[in-house]
Amino acid sequence: MMRIGVFVCHCGENIGKTVDCPKIAKEAVKLPNVVYSIDYKYMCSDPGQNMIKQAILEHKLNAVVVASCSPHMHEKTFRKACAAAGLNPYMCEIANIREHCSWVHDNVEEATKKALDLIRMTVERVKFNYPLSEIRVPVTRRALVIGGGIAGIQATLDIAGAGFKVILVEKEPSIGGHMSQLSETFPTLDCSQCILTPRMVEVYQHPNVKLYTYSEVENVEGFIGNFKVTIRKKARSIKESLCTGCGLCVQKCPIKKAPSEFDEGLANRPAIYVPFPQAVPNIPVIDRTVCTYFKTGKCQLCKKVCGRDAIDYDQKDELVTEDVGAIIVATGYKLYKIDKKARDSLVKGYGEYGYGKYKDVIDGLQFERLASASGPTSGEILRPSDKKQPKKVVFIQCVGSRDPSKGFEYCSKICCMYTAKHAMLYKHKVHDGEAYVFYMDIRAGGKGYEEFVRRAIEEDRVKYIRGRVSRIYEKRGKYIVKGEDTLSGVPVEIEADMVVLATAIVAQPEAPKLAQTLGIPYDKYGFYAEVHPKLRPVESSSGGIFLAGACQSPKDIPESVAMASAAASKALVLFGNEMLEREPIVAKVNENTCVGCFYCKKVCAYNAIELKEIRDKKGNLVKVIASVNTGLCQGCGTCNATCPSKSIELIGFNDEQIYYQIKAL
Amino acid sequence: MSDSKFEPKIMAFVCNWCTYTGADLAGTSRMKYQSNVRMIRVPCTGRIDPMFIIKAFESGADGVLVSGCHPGDCHYTAGNFHARRRWILFRQLLKFVGIDDDRVFFSWVSASEGKKWVDVINEITDTVRTKGPFVNYQNLNKEFTLNG
Repeated sequence: MMRIGVFVCHCGENIGKTVDCPKIAKEAVKLPNVVYSIDYKYMCSDPGQNMIKQAILEHKLNAVVVASCSPHMHEKTFRKACAAAGLNPYMCEIANIREHCSWVHDNVEEATKKALDLIRMTVERVKFNYPLSEIRVPVTRRALVIGGGIAGIQATLDIAGAGFKVILVEKEPSIGGHMSQLSETFPTLDCSQCILTPRMVEVYQHPNVKLYTYSEVENVEGFIGNFKVTIRKKARSIKESLCTGCGLCVQKCPIKKAPSEFDEGLANRPAIYVPFPQAVPNIPVIDRTVCTYFKTGKCQLCKKVCGRDAIDYDQKDELVTEDVGAIIVATGYKLYKIDKKARDSLVKGYGEYGYGKYKDVIDGLQFERLASASGPTSGEILRPSDKKQPKKVVFIQCVGSRDPSKGFEYCSKICCMYTAKHAMLYKHKVHDGEAYVFYMDIRAGGKGYEEFVRRAIEEDRVKYIRGRVSRIYEKRGKYIVKGEDTLSGVPVEIEADMVVLATAIVAQPEAPKLAQTLGIPYDKYGFYAEVHPKLRPVESSSGGIFLAGACQSPKDIPESVAMASAAASKALVLFGNEMLEREPIVAKVNENTCVGCFYCKKVCAYNAIELKEIRDKKGNLVKVIASVNTGLCQGCGTCNATCPSKSIELIGFNDEQIYYQIKAL
Repeated sequence: MSDSKFEPKIMAFVCNWCTYTGADLAGTSRMKYQSNVRMIRVPCTGRIDPMFIIKAFESGADGVLVSGCHPGDCHYTAGNFHARRRWILFRQLLKFVGIDDDRVFFSWVSASEGKKWVDVINEITDTVRTKGPFVNYQNLNKEFTLNG
């Protein structure tokens, strides 16, 4: 005999204002099998939870329905409260009368009616719940980090430092990411490479780190604690074990005109190259799309000069598999390229700024390379077109950001700060130069950030103009920047020698593909979604997969590092136990009725259905039926809906539970 | 409800990860929509048996919605593809079982599409309200009772 208790939460006024909670508590007790019902201001508070615990004991409840907020919010809280009173936590169900009722309806009568319906449906459902216990699975205590930028490096070093093995996968030939391209970093103006490269070397030398560069994650199988990852090691055309990194091949390569990715196209590199001098590992790679040998079958100069015979033109992509228990995704960002060629379909673009047409209209990362001591100009600010020192530079912020009509709606967050830094660096290098910044608002939230911007304005005399730029065009070797100063309400025209666009931070173009491989959600811009924006900001909704850095949203270095350490600590929490407890929501086969058609096996995305032989007492084979590997089963229930003989049930969402929920409509 | 004005009952089968969360988002964003919908949460649209839809009509629903993650975004990799295939087949059988196919709806609503959820529900509610109550199955039940 079921003895169900119904607990109705007011959530302060959140529910209480539109749903007549005392009334539905009174009505609920009239429902069949409901023996107790009460409403309370805050059911999730300590006194509220105690009410549930007491009622379970006093009224001998064997099932509980809490009518409150979304189960995504407090299902765990209430299940814990039930468990504390000795009731199996899976005998507790939530009726969502806040997100799905009180918050979305205004009419009290309608909302109250709906809330009662939802409670009635949940009461019918809970009648068919039965006690369950958590499933325990072993944890592989090794981590995979995807992306070798500063976030990936930080996460790797944290986990490796705690004594666990880490596999770091980077798609480029070297780790370092965007941070390695930067000149100085705000708000301290310390040299980016000086603080980054020691960490890169640390990764390379750490005994707990296995580094795969020029590699990509091809496939991921399994689940939290037990992932099997396939990594594609792209053909480098170099035998890594033999190469000493002497660089002779790079010097001798006759191809010199391939645009350098590291220098953002402002300089060229050979066909066989190391992205930058401090690259880790210091092993070159052959770009087969430009190499003469791969195009014509002739040359082989690099092979001839290599004293170690490390060049291998026949090298093929190699697939390796690794077992890991946790995955940290730190794939970073790209700058939005606003020229026509690479224009994103989401946005209309900014053809009027002449990016891609005028050589001296560059983006933020290109300016970083100009300002960097390791850059094509050795840190001198020179125009890309004629290598002359620009005397007047205009910086334009929010190109593509905060622009719902033509660009992206979101704020790219770091541009206010790096533009201030750029203008400052320019003034430090060109003392008689003039720097103008067009901005919408200056967003300088962060330790020492506002002071930094003030310094740019007050000490370095950078001229800030609040307003947008409508057009940039060339006239007698100058770039005419036409805009508006909205503070004084007058049009502005500046004859600039160079223009720097702070273009939007966008997600990596391959981000959705990787998300699909990993089974994690992403937003319409391609940024990965965290499971809770405030309380679980570094976890994806897939267990064991964590997020770090700008792959989740635009972020600066301190934030990326903080997030990476947070993600690493989440992985370490997982590694703190040898066994992992997980929800028992998995499929179960009725061995009596299963006829072994294996339709379930065909639809299972996790290969969780195995074959099981049923034998009689004498050992004769009676039939072969399906059996669920509860380690692999994720509990989607596709098998349950597919089974023609209804012999496989999804525990927690079985047919009875759902049919009775429907019947209560 | 007053007799003069018909208010349809809509039953929605939604997946836990996308549409349910999208509907949660509509709530947290305090968007407003018509109150006719009653939602049943399943882990994945792959869990939805076409029989659920028929049972919903039998239980008095005037319209049924099935909604899950966008193709390619399934939390369980491919559950929504199975749901879609099942739906394509089921749709062809609807007439046979005596249900107008414009009483059954299928949509993709992601966890970030609170607004879309609101639009989908309002649109479905209006459509079903214009169509009027679904009585075919109620009559069917009556006949059975009459014949003992």
